[in-house]
Amino acid sequence: MTSLTAKDKEAVKAIWAIVSGKKDDIGTDAVARMLTVYPQTRTYFSHWKDLSPTSPAVRKHGVTVMAGVADAVSKIDDLKGGLLALSELHAFTLRVDPANFKILSHCILVVMAIMFPKEFTPEIHVAMDKFLAAVALALAEKYR
Amino acid sequence: MVEWTECERATIKDIFAKLDYDSVGPAALSRCLVVYPWTQRYFSKFGNLYNAAAIMGNPNVAKHGKIILHDLERGVKNMDNLKETYADLSVLHSEKLHVDPDNFKLISDCLTIVVASRMGKAFTGEVQAALQKFLAAVVSALGRQYH
Repeated sequence: MTSLTAKDKEAVKAIWAIVSGKKDDIGTDAVARMLTVYPQTRTYFSHWKDLSPTSPAVRKHGVTVMAGVADAVSKIDDLKGGLLALSELHAFTLRVDPANFKILSHCILVVMAIMFPKEFTPEIHVAMDKFLAAVALALAEKYR
Repeated sequence: MVEWTECERATIKDIFAKLDYDSVGPAALSRCLVVYPWTQRYFSKFGNLYNAAAIMGNPNVAKHGKIILHDLERGVKNMDNLKETYADLSVLHSEKLHVDPDNFKLISDCLTIVVASRMGKAFTGEVQAALQKFLAAVVSALGRQYH
């Protein structure tokens, strides 16, 4: 898809400044929501005892994912280079089908709309959608 | 045909009972035109869609957004017969409007986001799952008469 314009990057940094204080809650809700709305994603977590929204494993994973998103924001000018290690992790160890990045991205956007309805304007939405798609692309870089 | 649990039926009816159609419809359509700008190809007669502000303030977009929500309500009232309910609209979108059915998914996603922002914490994972299942079923019905 399209690469991030200067305007996109400004929008992402602006909304991130507003939401980053709640990033752990965002991540927890997004992962919990993904497991509920898209049950096929549960196949990646068969090693967890508890897949319910309040489980510690879900929270821990949500925090992990959003730490990655925070890292990506700081490396927004070079996602492929900046996320190399994460890409190798996803490619060789986790082997998450890249279709799932889109699913989790959608859930993150839904949670942002719930928690920040006024700030999550259409212009911020398009910038975040493009950004998360670019992150997904960087994560899939080493797949093949 | 799509099978609905009692819980899903109640959830869908509850979502739509609480929605302000005349606000949510325009918000969803205008968001779609901003977030997925290629969808503007179907609205060349709507006037100024030059930037986000123009789109959000465009009265033709608002009017069409309301129509979409009111048409979704028909599906809520006929959840067991979506194919027939949307047969005419499917033919219209295919034969007259020539809309790529992939676009229906895009506006569904925007509608999900708008409903989420209106419902806040009440938009739980279960509610989201039911809404997305309903919208997917409507999208499928709208694509049925394409050939």
